[in-house]
This record gives sequence, structure tokens and C-alpha cells, in this order.
Amino acid sequence: MVELNFARVRPEAVMDLTRVPELREWGTENGRLRVGAGITYTRVIRELGDRLPGLAMASRTVGSPQIRNRGTVGGNLGTASPAGDALPPLYVSDAEVELASVEGTRRVPVAEFVKAPKRTATNPEELISAFLVPEAGGPQQYAKIGPRNAMVIAVCSLGLAVHPERKEVCACIGSAGPTPIRACEAEDFIRGVIEEEGLWESRGELAEAALGRFGELVSEAARPISDVRGTAAYRTHAVGVLARRTLGWAWNEYRGGI
Amino acid sequence: MSQTTPTTPTRVGPGPTTWTPGKVGESDRRPDGVPKVTGEFEYSSDMRLDGMLWGATLRSPHPHAEIRQIDTSEAEDLPGVYAVLTHEDVPGRKVYGMEIPDQPVLAWEKVRYQGEPVAIVAADHPETARRALEKVHVEYGVLDPITDAEKAVQEDAPKLHLSGNVLRRIRILHGEGVGAAAKADVVVRGEYEVGMQDQAFLGPESGLAVPDGLGGVDLYISTQWLHIDQDQVAESLGMDPDQVRLTLSGVGGAFGGREDLSMQIHACMLALETERPVKMAYNREESFFGHVHRHPAKLRYEHGATRDGNLVYVKARLVFDGGAYASSSNAVCLNAATFACGPYEVPNAEIESHMLYTNNPPCGAMRGFGAVQACFAHEAQMDKLADELGLDPLDLRIKNALKPGDRFPFGQEVPPPAPVREILERVKVMPLPEEQEVMGRDLRGLPGGVSNVTHGEGVKRGVGYAVGFKNIGFSAGFDDYSTARVRLTVEDGEPLVEVHTAAAEVGQGLLMLQAQIARTELGVEKVSILPADTRVGSAGSTSASRQSYVTGAAVKLACEGVRERLFERAREELGEPPDGLSVEAGNVVRDGRTVVPLAELLDGDELEETCEYHHRETHPLDENGQGDVHLQYAFAAHRAVVEVDVELGLVRVVEIATAQDVGKIINPQALEGQIEGGIAQGLGLALMEEIQVKEGKVLNASFTDYLIPTILDMPTVKMEVLELADPEAPYGLKGVGEPPTIASTPAIVAALRDATGLELTRIPVRPEQLAGVSDGPPLPDEPTPGGAGYAEVGRLDGRRET
Amino acid sequence: MHQEDIVIVTLKVNGVERPLAVEPRRLLCDALREDLGLTGTNLGCEQGVCGSCTVLVDGESVRSCLMFAVQAGGCEITTVEGLASGETLHPLQAAFWEKQALQCGFCTPGFLMAGVELLRRNPEPDEAGVRAALAGNTCRCTGYEHIVDAVLAAADGAARERTFAEEPEVDVAAEVVAREGR
Repeated sequence: MVELNFARVRPEAVMDLTRVPELREWGTENGRLRVGAGITYTRVIRELGDRLPGLAMASRTVGSPQIRNRGTVGGNLGTASPAGDALPPLYVSDAEVELASVEGTRRVPVAEFVKAPKRTATNPEELISAFLVPEAGGPQQYAKIGPRNAMVIAVCSLGLAVHPERKEVCACIGSAGPTPIRACEAEDFIRGVIEEEGLWESRGELAEAALGRFGELVSEAARPISDVRGTAAYRTHAVGVLARRTLGWAWNEYRGGI
Repeated sequence: MSQTTPTTPTRVGPGPTTWTPGKVGESDRRPDGVPKVTGEFEYSSDMRLDGMLWGATLRSPHPHAEIRQIDTSEAEDLPGVYAVLTHEDVPGRKVYGMEIPDQPVLAWEKVRYQGEPVAIVAADHPETARRALEKVHVEYGVLDPITDAEKAVQEDAPKLHLSGNVLRRIRILHGEGVGAAAKADVVVRGEYEVGMQDQAFLGPESGLAVPDGLGGVDLYISTQWLHIDQDQVAESLGMDPDQVRLTLSGVGGAFGGREDLSMQIHACMLALETERPVKMAYNREESFFGHVHRHPAKLRYEHGATRDGNLVYVKARLVFDGGAYASSSNAVCLNAATFACGPYEVPNAEIESHMLYTNNPPCGAMRGFGAVQACFAHEAQMDKLADELGLDPLDLRIKNALKPGDRFPFGQEVPPPAPVREILERVKVMPLPEEQEVMGRDLRGLPGGVSNVTHGEGVKRGVGYAVGFKNIGFSAGFDDYSTARVRLTVEDGEPLVEVHTAAAEVGQGLLMLQAQIARTELGVEKVSILPADTRVGSAGSTSASRQSYVTGAAVKLACEGVRERLFERAREELGEPPDGLSVEAGNVVRDGRTVVPLAELLDGDELEETCEYHHRETHPLDENGQGDVHLQYAFAAHRAVVEVDVELGLVRVVEIATAQDVGKIINPQALEGQIEGGIAQGLGLALMEEIQVKEGKVLNASFTDYLIPTILDMPTVKMEVLELADPEAPYGLKGVGEPPTIASTPAIVAALRDATGLELTRIPVRPEQLAGVSDGPPLPDEPTPGGAGYAEVGRLDGRRET
Repeated sequence: MHQEDIVIVTLKVNGVERPLAVEPRRLLCDALREDLGLTGTNLGCEQGVCGSCTVLVDGESVRSCLMFAVQAGGCEITTVEGLASGETLHPLQAAFWEKQALQCGFCTPGFLMAGVELLRRNPEPDEAGVRAALAGNTCRCTGYEHIVDAVLAAADGAARERTFAEEPEVDVAAEVVAREGR
């Protein structure tokens, strides 16, 4: 919309999808949630807050109340901005994006769907119809850095999910690389720590050192640039801090959930 | 030119505003409050007229380039386009400017900043006008821009103007200057930097020009000073000023950013060319290029003091980047020089203030006007000195506070009241906000808020203090005056006062103030404020916190004139001795007893007075930087309490406490609004607001990336207001709008230093600095990802068609 | 402009059906301002940041600069012009006037619409709730304090006037914050 307002683009045609009821529904399908691409952030917060807490937290940080009333996760996917707040939570839950066309539908893992800044795997005739994501099996977190306390585009962000059912912790960096980035080494490291110490079962404390190392590995996974919103060095630093903190909070929540 | 009969419709704007205002000293409900809450208030962007055309401006994509050729033919051929004009079409003086006419109405030969207007078009639809801009072909020869003020001053730097690159240089020598250094036991040095702040008023520039069919033009415009616009527009149109009539339309904020012309001349040129009304309205991106900004500055300081904390000398070198054209830079340079030492008694000083031309965006007036940059630096120095001496920073300030009768470094005697010590002491004893446990606190009470970056980890509290001051009114020999026409009449059997001035209400509440004065002075219930226009004499600028003082005084003077004539009449007709008469509730009274109702005394007549109020003469600085430069001084002290997430560099300002001397409170609610609003802008400069410019190009000309404080960034404000009357000013009042913006910034930064232990020499302070990750601002290589690259005005020349 | 590019759409604005012939890319704000003459909805940034253009669409606050007019076809749109009943100001309008919660007033319509939505969802917000709900609107003049005062005063006044306690809608924002805050 902004690009239109400032005449950056002048598309031949625009299509209004807000009236398509199918895009505004959500439900379960084979144990996963199927969420229509036209569901607004406000509805994610209100209706899916318990099932998808990470995505709800991210939605809470999107723009303003007015934007949350209109903006959708589908739109965030379509824009594929590395700063898209909804993306890291989808990455850490291994969401799939459903693309529909007259040929039928196909589903693409979100990490394959987002190709590059503002480029997706969508073909011209396809429409983002929904995303599929498992209900949270454990604590989730989303944290976002902005230089003011409301209405900011992420300088950088971090999505994190603890998956007790598959004994994994997933972390995804936002806005510190051309696309959201899963911090695989950090994930492997912390899975190793938790397994080695039997923490899934004991629900024991994660050592400060392990949290710290996790943060460092997340920092190492970042591939940021410097721009008007922040320096590469800061982004690298901050995602590490966020990773350490969010893992601490999520793990504490897991421990408390006995 | 065809027939000269009027062919265009005339505009009927909002008429006078009539209500029963409060008296001086009372909170009043704004008369423009109802139209503003119902949406009926007409901002300049809301105006329309049948048959009007839309104007648009082609701007340079380059900060520095030769213009080799401009081809407008393709644009002219576009259906719906009525005019395409370039510098060749400027009928009169091809340059304009408030202080120095150095800025082209439309560029020729050269462009000197990115966004400089090159051509204008009028079309029957705004989109057609925009498309026409794309069909104007300008051949540029791109030149290297001069973007560093320090380099602009070098001998071998290319000259941006015939006069060279130095716009102004001021040197103040006070006492022995640095010769006194030997007497100092302790010396602290520092280098400070201030980024380019934007006024960011919410209503972008807009105006409507209506040809009168007789060769003249009426311009409806949001501005800060109708008459200086009128003079400049008339000059460039080659007309007499009375052929160019201006009326103030609804102003969506100003803060200095509307003191220079934007599209005033352009809209009039297009209207006269097409013989149709022409509206021009910038969008936000264009607004960033359409007005001047606050000067970025580099400030080098040296403070010497005795062991027991008495200032011995200050040496300061201030370098301001004025950008491509002069705007009000001359006066900013003077202000900065004269306020460089802060409101302290400094026996010896050497101050240099330099203002330079570069190819960066032109800079000019913004709330605080040169005092802001200096205050950030001198207050940082005072903290540094206190630290060095092991003294409490507030005590050091109190010890050195200026008092009436002292001399400023520029020689002027400090006029009373100058309660620097008092306001500092007030702030000192104001209770600090209770320190609450950070862990587990509601997210909204933590840095980052619902962005969920901390649950209390890394959060440290800091407290900082600052004091600042500002001259009120225009200085240095300028004949600063305002004109008021006041008429006492009877309407429906009730006396009514009509007040007519050209003073611009930009949101600050000037309508109320004028009416309150009229009611107070003439004892009537009903007051009518006429729309501000050029049919009455100049009111001067709505800037320098001067309108309450100067226009207030003019209205008061005119009311007094009318009142004298009333009393005269009472004497003539009723034989009342004039001594001891007063007016109250629509009656002439003596000793609380009605002598005669005003309506009866007037008996169908009207009494009218037009008065000019000229404030006391001021004087320019001499070659040693000495002189009685300023009229009045207003002081504010601030205490900031912040919480910083020291790992992430994110901040929550917990509270601002302030004490300010205002002389006399005219309207308590409006006063609070000025103080709180001023603090918000100071907070913005401390923490987030900066136009980022790289190689002369603006990187963040949008509200997505130029951030101003939101309701979640702005804390509650505790305030103590002193009323120490200035004997020269009407009701003893002092201007109030600027001091809050000046002292809040350094107070917040001092609090950040207290929380982090970092030096923090540059504002806005970025998270990078607070987290200790990088000292300077980011140096982007690419346009912002995720943004639309809004700053690339050059795209006006080559937009994508998809 | 080709004739086939024009779409007929009916907007229900402040209770009145307003048929309009617009281009599909006509923004809702432009349709309101230019086609319907409702200039109370202001444009401060045209990219969804400043909040001055906030209107209610089917009761929810939206940025009218980020929405096409055709998308609002058949919807109930409330603009600032629709808040007062005749000469009687909406309590929130009255409070903004009373508390001088405005200076230049350019942001005021947006704040009013966001405030109306807040008070409908949560008739008795606390200060933090007011600030959270109004975080999508920027004001450059006031420093926000009087705006907070005005919304709290309007809520307070409305609370005193409510004879029957209604079941307030859940304050989603506050709930989520409370949950995330731990």
C-alpha cells in the first residue's frame, strides 16, 4: 500500500481478498492448525493466543492497533520482508505455507517459501491461502528491538520455541539477514546440553553458561547489514542477548509447567 | 494575457471566532477546540475551490549538480496539464530568503541540495501533475557534494555560493579569554555532536493560491509569519505587496519549520499563469525535503574551574552545518554563540561559532534555535566538571548560576528576573519517583515495552539534571514588533471586542491568549478574533517564543487605547473624572459601582485602535562579540529519570521533572501543554530523532524511519512553575515554548550517563552507543531493507511502471 | 482514465449510505476527503504510521490511508464527523476540548477514533491501558499528557453515567501483556 501511495509501483490491477471467507477462517487439520491467510493480527492475538503464543506475541508488536486490525500474517508472508514480525514464530514452528491456484494447492515449508528480501516461492498465478502450524507443545517467545517503545519496524528480533514433544529448541533471527535465519548451531548446541543433563525429564535449570553460549551461537548465525535502523554490529550483539534471555524465560516456563 | 475580469471563484474561508474567553490567568477552552474535535476545522490541506488545479514540484535527485538543460515539452503535451514552469518563468527576483535571499525559487545552473525545486506543474488532477513531473527531462552534470562542514571551510573547497562557504562567523571574547587558563585548577574538555532533527509537524505543507483576475493573487497558507511570506512572494512575483494578499489557513503544527517559504511562490506562479486556483499539498516524504531542519553541530569545549568549583573560563568552538542555503542560519549562529556557556557566571570566555554552507539539506529554525545544540554540550561539560571535582552536579550548577546584574559573556547585563539558582533548587527538592522492582514488572513499564526484550534483566536506573535558557523575541537590532487592531462595538445589545492581528496560531493557543487579554483589558464578555491575514500590519513571526509577549503587548496596547477613549467619553458625556474608572462585566465602573453600561456609553458607535508594539531596542554584537543583543531570557531546569537496558541499549524515560520561570501564567492548561510538548521534542532529540544524511542524500524521509516519540515513550511530567514578573513585559510574562525543549535533552542524556557510565557525546543517543557496541551512528551502505527507499526523491525522474 | 476502471461502491459513512464511483486504487482516506468532503480525517504520513487518518470500519480502528475505498464497500464507516450527535459532542470530544488535549489538532481525529474504540472495548481503562491503546497515534504538540487525561476523564464520566453495568469486552492487549509479562 505504501509503495502505491508514493507511486513507487503502479500495478495494472489490484485484487481485494479481504472478502474471501475461506481466507478468514482457521481450524485444525491432521493435528495441525490451518490458519487462513486473511486472519488479522488482532484475531491471532484474540483467538489463537493460547495455541500459538509466539505468533501472538509477535502480532502484539506489529505496528499499531489500527494496523493489527487490518494487517494479516498472509500479508507478512507475501511481503517477505526480513523484518516481518510474524515470520520468526512461523520458522521456529516449522510452519508450511499453503499456495492455491486454479491448478490446485501446494504447501511449502516457510523457510523455502521466503527466498530473499521481498521474494517468495509464489508463482504469479498463485495466492497465499493459509499457513499450517502445529499448536504450541511448549513455551514460545518473541522479542523485538526497536528504538522507540511502540510502532517500530524491527531493528532485529528473535523467535524461540521449546518443543518438549520432539525434544528440540528452535530459534529464528529476524531482521538480521536477507531472510529470517534459523540458528541451527545454537539449536543443536542447546539440544545437546539439555539431553546430556537430562533436563527434558528433570526440568532442571539451564546453566547461565549454556544460555550464554546459546546467545553467542545465535549471534554467529546472524548475517546483518548496517542501515538507518541499526548497525550490523548491534544487530549481531542484540540477537544474542535476546536469544539468551528468551531461552531463559521459555525454559523457566517449561520448568514451571510440571 | 486575456481579459482581466475576475474569472475565478473567490474563497469563503472561516470567519471570525467569537466566544466568551477566560481572563488572563485562567484556563480557557480553546475556541478552535470544537471545530478541531469535530473535524470541521479547515487545515490548509483541506481547502478546495471549484475549478482548482493541483500543483506539483520536481525536485533534484542530486545534492550537487549542474543543470545543463531542462526540457518541459513532453510534460506540457500531457492532457490535463495546464502549466509547466521553470526558473525562466519567475517573474521577479529569482531568489528568496528571510535573512539572505540566496535560495532559487526554481533552480538554474546548479542544484545545491537533494530535493531542491527545479520545475513546477499544474494539472487538473494530482496524479496527472505527478505524472507530468516524470515527463520533465532535466539533464544534470553531477558534481561532488560538499557534505562536511569542516571541509567546506577549507581554502581549496569548491565555493557553493559567490560569497564562499562561510555563512557566518562569530567570535566572542570575554574577560581574559583563555588567557585565564592558568588560574584554573581543573580543566575538562569534550567534543560533542548533535544530529539533524526535524520539526515533524503533522500537517504537511499545503496552500491554495487564487488569482484575483486583476493580476494579483490571494494565498491561503499555513505559515508562521504572513508578512515575511508576503514580502518574499511579492518580490519574486515582481508585484507590489498589496497585490499579494495572504490569509492564514489551518496550521498543523510548525515548530520553526514553516518560517521559510515552501510552495508559496510556486503556487502563486502557477495560479497566475493558469488563471485558475492552484492547490499544492506535499506528502510526508516531500515535506522532509520541503522545509529546513535543525542544524547538526559539532561542538568542542574546554571548561576551567577552581578546585572549589568556581568556573574560571570556557573555550568553545561551535561548527554548524547550514546546508545549501541561508534560511535563518545567521541568527542561529548568533544564538548558539551567545548561549554557548549556559546560564552560568563565566568570568572569561572565548567562543567561536561558525555557520557553513554545504550540500546537505538547508537548516534553519526549530524550537530552541541554536540554544539546543549549545545546551547539550555545556551541560555535558558541567557534569564532567562536577565529576572531576567530586562535586554534586546540581550543586556545581547552583554555585555558578547566573543572577541578575551579572554579565553574560557577550557583555549584556543579566536582566531580572533570572532565577537560575531558584529553579535548580526547586528541581533538587522535588521527590524522586519511587524505585520499583524491575524483575517481573508489567512489560509496559520496562524498556522496549510489549516488544518483550527484557523482563528486568540489564535494567539500570539513572538520574540527570540540566538547565537551559533561551532568548525571547528577535534580537540583535531587529525591529521586532507586532500590530493589533482592536474594535469595541455593540452586538445584540452586548459589547463585543474584535481583535485583528496577523499573528499565526499554529496550535499554541494564541487565539485564546489574545481574547483573554481583550476580555481582561476591556471588561467585556464576548470577544471575536478575526482571521489572521495581511489586511492588518505585521505581527512578526510565531517563533522565538515571542507571540505572547509581542503580540500580547500589541493587543494590550490597543485595548488600553480603546479603554482610554471610553473613559474620555465618560468624562465628556457624564462628567466623570477619568481617574479611578475601570471596566468590568460590560460596564464602566468606579469603586465596584456601575457608572454606565458600555453599550449605553457607546450608543451605537464603535471605538477602534490600531497599535504597533515595538519591544525595547536590542543591538548587534561588535567585533569582540559584545553587545546588548537579546530582549528577554527564559530559564528552565530539568531532572530526568531513566531506566536503561544496558545490554540492549533500550530506554524508558520514567519521569521528567521541571521548574521553569514563566513570569506570569496567562493560561495554566495551555502552559502545561507547551512544557509537556516541548519536553517530548527534547526527548525525541535525546533518543531517536535524526535525519540521516549520507553524501548529501537523506536516508530516512518517512515516519517509518524518522521516529518521533509515541505515547509510550513520553513519561509523565512533574512541573513547578515560577511567576517572577519581568517588569518590561505585558503582565510580566515570559515566553515559554522553547526552554522545555532545550534543557530536557541534556537532562535525559545525563541520566543515561548516570545509568551506564558511558560518555555519550552524540545525540540522538542510539541503542548501539548505550549497549557499547558502536560509538557513532550507523553508516548504511544500502537503502533500508523493508522500507520503500522513500528518500530517493530522484525516483521522481524514473519510477517503475509495473 | 478508462470508464471500465471505475467501480461503483456504496459506503455507509456515519450512518448514511453514500454511493461512489471510484477508481479501484482510490484510497479510503481520499474517498472520504475528496469525494465525500469529510476532511476531518487527516493525512500526516500516508504510510500508516502517524495515525491521523484513523477511522472505524465496522467498529474497528483502521488506517484509512492503507485501505482502498472499494474494500470498505458495504461496511459501516465512522469518521470524526460522525461522533457528535447534532450539537452535542461525544463525551470523548468534550473531554479533549475540556482538557486541552490538542494544540494544532491535526492528530486529534485519529486519537478520538482510537479512543472511541478503546472505550468500547474497555470502558474503564487505567492509564497504562490508555497509553497502550493510543500507541498507534502520534502527536507532535502536546507531549500526550493531556490526551491521557482526556481519555481517562471521558471514561470516568461515562462510568458515572452507566446505570446498568454492561459486560465489558475483554481488553485483549492488557491480557496478552499480562501473560507475556511473566
